[in-house]
Amino acid sequence: MTIQFGHIPKHILYVNGVTVSFDGFKALNNLSFTVAPGELRAIIGPNGAGKTTMMDVITGKVKPTTGEVFFRDTIDLSQHDEAEIANLGIGRKFQKPTVIESLTIFENLELALEGNRGVFRSLFHKLDGDQRKRIDEIVELVGLAEKRQWLAGALSHGQKQWLEIGMLLIQGPDLLLVDEPAAGMTDHETSLTAKLLREISGERSVVVVEHDMEFIKALDCPVTVLHEGRVLAEGTLEKVQNNEEVIEVYLGR
Amino acid sequence: MMKTFLNIVFTVALALLFSPAMAEEDSFAQLLNELGGTNLSKKATALDQLAQLDDERVLPTLEALMNNALYQQKSDNQFVFAESAADGMKITSVVTGAVLDEAVSSRDLRKIITNNSLRSRARNLVAATRLMNKKAEVREAAALELIKSPNIEFLQPLDNAIAREKVPAIQQALQVARGAITLDHPDEIERLKAVQAMDGFEHKQVITLLEQRLQKNADGSFVEPSALVRTTAQEVVDGLKKSEMFYKIIEDTFFGLSLGSVLLLAAVGLAITFGVMGVINMAHGEMIMLGAYTTYVVQLLMPNNIGASLIVAVPAAFLVAGLMGVIIERGVIRFLYGRPLETLLATFGISLILQQLVRTIFSPLNRSVITPEWMSGSLEINGFLSLTYNRLYIVLFALAVLFGLMLLLKKSFFGLQMRAVTQNRAMASSMGIRTGWVDAMTFGLGSGIAGIAGVALSQLTNVGPNLGQAYIIDSFMVVVFGGVGNLWGTFVAAMGLGVANKFIEPLSGAVLAKILMLVFIILFIQRRPRGLFALKGRFVEG
Amino acid sequence: MNDTTLINTTMNHAKVLENSRLGWLLNDVAGKRLLTVVLAAIVIIPLLNLLVPPDSFFHVSTYTVGLLGKYLCYALLALAVDLIWGYCGILSLGHGAFFALGGYAMGMYMMRQIGDRGVYGNPLLPDFMVFLNWPELPWYWYGFDNFAFAMLMVLLAPAILAFVFGWLTFRSRVTGVYLSIITQAMTYALMLAFFQNDMGFGGNNGLTDFKDILGFSLQSDNTKVALFVLSGLAVILGYLLCRFVVASKLGRVLVSIRDAESRTRFVGYRVEHYKLFVFVLSAMLAGIAGALYVPQVGIINPGEFSPINSIEIIIWVAVGGRGFLYGAVIGAILVNYGKTFFTGAFPEVWLFMLGALFVVSTLFFPQGVVGIVQQLKQKRAERTAFRTVAQQSGASTESTPANDSKILQEPAP
Repeated sequence: MTIQFGHIPKHILYVNGVTVSFDGFKALNNLSFTVAPGELRAIIGPNGAGKTTMMDVITGKVKPTTGEVFFRDTIDLSQHDEAEIANLGIGRKFQKPTVIESLTIFENLELALEGNRGVFRSLFHKLDGDQRKRIDEIVELVGLAEKRQWLAGALSHGQKQWLEIGMLLIQGPDLLLVDEPAAGMTDHETSLTAKLLREISGERSVVVVEHDMEFIKALDCPVTVLHEGRVLAEGTLEKVQNNEEVIEVYLGR
Repeated sequence: MMKTFLNIVFTVALALLFSPAMAEEDSFAQLLNELGGTNLSKKATALDQLAQLDDERVLPTLEALMNNALYQQKSDNQFVFAESAADGMKITSVVTGAVLDEAVSSRDLRKIITNNSLRSRARNLVAATRLMNKKAEVREAAALELIKSPNIEFLQPLDNAIAREKVPAIQQALQVARGAITLDHPDEIERLKAVQAMDGFEHKQVITLLEQRLQKNADGSFVEPSALVRTTAQEVVDGLKKSEMFYKIIEDTFFGLSLGSVLLLAAVGLAITFGVMGVINMAHGEMIMLGAYTTYVVQLLMPNNIGASLIVAVPAAFLVAGLMGVIIERGVIRFLYGRPLETLLATFGISLILQQLVRTIFSPLNRSVITPEWMSGSLEINGFLSLTYNRLYIVLFALAVLFGLMLLLKKSFFGLQMRAVTQNRAMASSMGIRTGWVDAMTFGLGSGIAGIAGVALSQLTNVGPNLGQAYIIDSFMVVVFGGVGNLWGTFVAAMGLGVANKFIEPLSGAVLAKILMLVFIILFIQRRPRGLFALKGRFVEG
Repeated sequence: MNDTTLINTTMNHAKVLENSRLGWLLNDVAGKRLLTVVLAAIVIIPLLNLLVPPDSFFHVSTYTVGLLGKYLCYALLALAVDLIWGYCGILSLGHGAFFALGGYAMGMYMMRQIGDRGVYGNPLLPDFMVFLNWPELPWYWYGFDNFAFAMLMVLLAPAILAFVFGWLTFRSRVTGVYLSIITQAMTYALMLAFFQNDMGFGGNNGLTDFKDILGFSLQSDNTKVALFVLSGLAVILGYLLCRFVVASKLGRVLVSIRDAESRTRFVGYRVEHYKLFVFVLSAMLAGIAGALYVPQVGIINPGEFSPINSIEIIIWVAVGGRGFLYGAVIGAILVNYGKTFFTGAFPEVWLFMLGALFVVSTLFFPQGVVGIVQQLKQKRAERTAFRTVAQQSGASTESTPANDSKILQEPAP
């Protein structure tokens, strides 16, 4: 359910001075960054840098202790819960692929398909022709067309990742948050995933959190480096790789 | 001649040596004999004279008389104390104090005839004798007795005692006892003194006595005619009521803490199995029940040593319940880790089996567990506050168990292994910790502690097959309320709920108090789903 | 996850019918069979009871009819529990409370029907109130002399409790074992409350000594048979309703909540609304079951609230097959038949059996009777399939290789 605005927003995502603390430990420490409409952005950082907490804040799972998070310039995300944020047009893929294993691939996509999420609507819901077509397109796009009646639990790890990306796409979001999509994939699958993400950005913004440098290279996009809950460096991959501070953090010198 | 002389010298010497004792001996026995007669007025005189003797045997004799426990043996007219025993009457010689027979028929005894006035005379004499007793606690008890039943006859003995008494507290008690008698003295000054003597003496009876004086007669006049005495009495009553309220709060808190200790004992084992291991053990209540039945069996095995039986029952119950816990863990639960709802169902099944097992072995009826003597009675702090020993011991016992457990978890190597396994099973395993063994032992520990709780509960409630059922929901509530995985939270939750329950109870009744507690916890969990002392942060999501 | 795999493979075998309007029912082969059996039972058994002479071999005694009617009420209750546990993962250990509330609402109606035929002959007050010297009828007893109002309460009382409880609980995301424990506390608190004489529901003794319902004497065979038939119809309608729910998209959302609650949230579903809907629906079904149960057994007392009753419902569902609606029905009837048989024949043994049932079914048969049957079927199917494949010997290239997607067919960069 994408809300259409008359103009293209300046920032699809605007994170300013966000701090999250758990019992004194600051998972995020005055974090600020922005994502432009249609942008593809990679976020890297060592373990515990706050990548997952950042995703949690954007998707409403964790409320920021201080700071502000705006979507499309005007929507204050701290005022909404997960379901509302999803319906505003932010999709999230988890680090560990989570698809509904006891439903078929088709049904997984049907659930994610944009549309009314109300209880009684879904009780009497019937798929129409357009919606079927949309599911077919997506199932084709993520390469699972032949398996549409398979149970999602029967898919391989990489295929689950794709199914989850498919579910994100069919949600029709303006912003996709993708957490370690390449984990557990072969090199070939990894490069295909990078290609897919590149393709789908442009129409929508995509934020990718990843460890795998080869994958980041394949994404060929601006990189933000997080460290101890704040932004350490930003720029092209080449630029951040030559940043003294980044080298220090990664190599521990 | 010589022989006669020697005889005289010997007798005189003996007489010189033993004369007082001989005289006492004679008079005690003689007076005793007069009690055996039929003339009631002679008996009364004999009683009075007995009371004058400085003899340890006098007090028990008078007490026996007033309790109708003084007899003569028909065969030799010997005076005896008699009490019912297993196979008849147990008799003890009044003169020598020796047990004469354990089982004599009541037909071989003749009761010393008394009447009401004689018994009340004996009671008074007992009180007066006690007032002069060498032991301070006997004198104090006697004074308190007199406060409860003031009687003009005691004025003289009291005055005598007041003159002699050195201990300030007893001196005050004696003054109050005297005041209780002189409260309706015709002289205003005497009455005022009586009231003033009572100032600050913390005893319920004092309030009652003074309030009686402050009431009005049927014709509208005050019972106490003097306005000055009335005002003074009112002040004294107000002061006492204030301190009574204070002690009432202390008493309620103590009751609450003892209830909380019961909850703590019941829940602390669960805090291990549920809180640390994440296992929902619905058979936890049955572990408590097993502990209680172990106490029962231990008492059956050592019937002559009930006092020590509880001490023996504690380790025994720990072993029995702990062993059962290990069996359950190895036999069922280890196949269900990570499936809490399935564990819940399986352990519920086990609880049914254990209940039925106990029913089959011991019968479905409640078994009675004897309370040893050192557990009964109460600790009298003052007239407003007395703490029963069984509650006191439960509180101390619960604290000891909790403290011991904390020590075990924090300081011992086993505790270290246990924490390692619960925090990161794979890592612990790769470091050479036998995780299966640790699981079994941890579960055994939690169950064993439940067994110990059963020993304590056997002293408070009926021991029956449903004993565990009564505590399982409470235990879960305590653990959830306190915050899972946090022994300290369990402690605070148990004590908090116990005390709160005791303070709500007078307002709403016991059952409603319990319902309110449950509703409160249900609502509380909505606000803080992880309990009072929840862990925060990224490790929370399981 | 094997267990749930099974459910859905069967569900999807029949996807052909997906487009038809009644697909949700026609796809459900086992369900149709079950409904046929229940339907046949409520037609044939009354005939065998009322028309066949008592000395005939084919006569079914009124006692048996009553017993079967009771099982049917339990079956409806099991359906209600399976709907939330099997499909939405909510393990309620307090569903007996909703059943009992429905039962009390019905009991209050029948209490008022007694009128002045009670022991004390008071036209307005039930006997226990006269006994306790209540001066007048408490306000919450008003209206229960009206059948329609009482039936409304049969639905509303459980629904309101479920709504309030669920609203508080699901909103604050109390899940899993925590939820189970507080549902248990809920029914326990209610039990304590209903035991109180002051509550005005008859205390310990509950409500009993009913005379008639809608003017039909509860003692007559005709009424008993009618109640049996109604219970059967309630099971059929309840089954159809549940089936419609689980086969709809809503049903798939429920499964999604059961399997991955936070994923469902991030897809944009308001999980608490879905849970609340299904919880209230389930509570109402339980209430209806209770209302049908009370006139057949002739008493309702606070014991129905006891936590152990609620847990027993869970075992019916577990034995039958969690996540299969017809499994719940079968489980309820099987376990209760076993209970009747063993408590009669070997009363000592029954609790051992029930306990063992809990342990064995969770350890070895997590999908219950239905799961066992399906496993056997699947094995046979695999054997047949193997034979067919062997006959075709390599001709089949149906199986899909992993790399056949649009993206993957492009050359690697």
